Amino acid sequence: MPGPMKMRATLGSGHTDVRVLMTHPMETGQRKDAEGKAVPMHFIQNLTVKVNGRTVVEAQISQAVSRNPVFSFRVRGGAKGDKVEVSWLDNHGESNKTETAVA
Amino acid sequence: MNDLRRKLLGAAAILLLKPFAALAAAWNKDAFGAKTPQDALTGIGVGSPAPSKDLVIEAPQIAENGAVVPIEISSAIAGTTAIAVIIEKNPFPLAARFDFQNGALPYVKLNVKMNETCDVRAVAIAGARHYTATKEIKVTIGGCGG
Amino acid sequence: MRWPAILVALLLPLSAAAQDAKKEIQRYQRMIGDGSPVELFELQGEALWKKPQGPRQASLEKCDLGAGPGVLKGAYARLPRYFKDTDRVMDLESRLLHCMQTVQGRSAEEALKRVFGNEDRPSEMEYLSAYIAGRSRGVVISPGTRHPKEAQALELGRKLFFHRAGAWDFSCASCHGEEGKRIRMQDLPVLSNPRDARPVVATWPAYRVSNSQFKTMQWRLNDCYRQMRMPEPVFASEATVALNLFLTATGKGETYRGPGTKR
Repeated sequence: MPGPMKMRATLGSGHTDVRVLMTHPMETGQRKDAEGKAVPMHFIQNLTVKVNGRTVVEAQISQAVSRNPVFSFRVRGGAKGDKVEVSWLDNHGESNKTETAVA
Repeated sequence: MNDLRRKLLGAAAILLLKPFAALAAAWNKDAFGAKTPQDALTGIGVGSPAPSKDLVIEAPQIAENGAVVPIEISSAIAGTTAIAVIIEKNPFPLAARFDFQNGALPYVKLNVKMNETCDVRAVAIAGARHYTATKEIKVTIGGCGG
Repeated sequence: MRWPAILVALLLPLSAAAQDAKKEIQRYQRMIGDGSPVELFELQGEALWKKPQGPRQASLEKCDLGAGPGVLKGAYARLPRYFKDTDRVMDLESRLLHCMQTVQGRSAEEALKRVFGNEDRPSEMEYLSAYIAGRSRGVVISPGTRHPKEAQALELGRKLFFHRAGAWDFSCASCHGEEGKRIRMQDLPVLSNPRDARPVVATWPAYRVSNSQFKTMQWRLNDCYRQMRMPEPVFASEATVALNLFLTATGKGETYRGPGTKR
């Protein structure tokens, strides 16, 4: 079960700031566990940001992104109450998403 | 086969392929598996990007720990539709690629892992034109061994 | 008298470089703090605080952290302090341990089983500390110092801070008691000086990016003892609470900024 996600979307000057935090180990496959075995690769590969149902950002990311990733994006314009949704998909086929309204 | 038929068949092929592509999220395996910055660039279809001062990397010059290096990239280049992040000395240099549409600004802030002190390279794709900027970030091991 | 001029000429660029490095490190600290996984730990901590557990199937919501049962706003900023019901000075984690037993009916053994977690599975203490500390954001740090037992604990903490022992004859003061010291790129705060103690106390517990773990004050003290090559202190022992009180009292008056994000 994927860990929690949290997002904040606020109005900036002429744009909307979106900041999303997600829980994910982002394992590179190079780390060794206590027994000396390599922990298998487990990382988010795709991230999608939608505003009011329309895709605004499609991201492809690698295991080089830090554990428990945090991303910030900006969208032109925007208004209070706009629905922002961020979803991710990892290399194990696991996914998670979160939604918030622009404050 | 005549020209019109070829065009129609091509168009039909694209119509058939699109929905399937939309179902499985695309992840550029070749580019992410590239072991050199040059191969990573080739993987994302970028040849020799031109250095541009309108592509700005905001990041600290020193990272207290290579596990989390904060990087903020923004492009003032007109028509930027994508930004990619390449970390020169990482085992797999391509760290991320962001495609912007429907009003998203060419801007991103993210945290990356850096293996060692090296250049972080941002690439901006504006249609057929490619631009780049780099910034060296020194990676240190902090305190009593982390 | 050419020597002083040459010395100054040699030293100036070095100190300028050191200043630049310090500035860039501060920039690093600012950027990692701006949008940190800490919030996720606070969220999880809130869920844990409200989760019925133990033989009594009770949540911790009736736990008294000093401001009354279940009152969280500002509670962390006033710890460590004396508690009448246990007749001793307690810090956040010793108080949580107490509530796990008295409110939830859990055994000490069970509650102590896994107090320090890891990046894949943080401990309850870590999640709860994040949440409760977060509820003191913006509150002035004012631990108890006036009750006789608080004064005693403060004095014990001060003694422990300067007490040299262990294989290397270290005390906390060995690293944190002198101006201008550093370990690799980390400037060492002089924790016996309010000037340095204040920003430190205002940002613990904290998420550590170097190992993606949320670290509590009990962990911090435990690890310092390890780094000094001293025996491992007992979790929430009188000694650790006393030290915690000494450090917090030295930093008192500072506004608590909430759980920090550190390397």
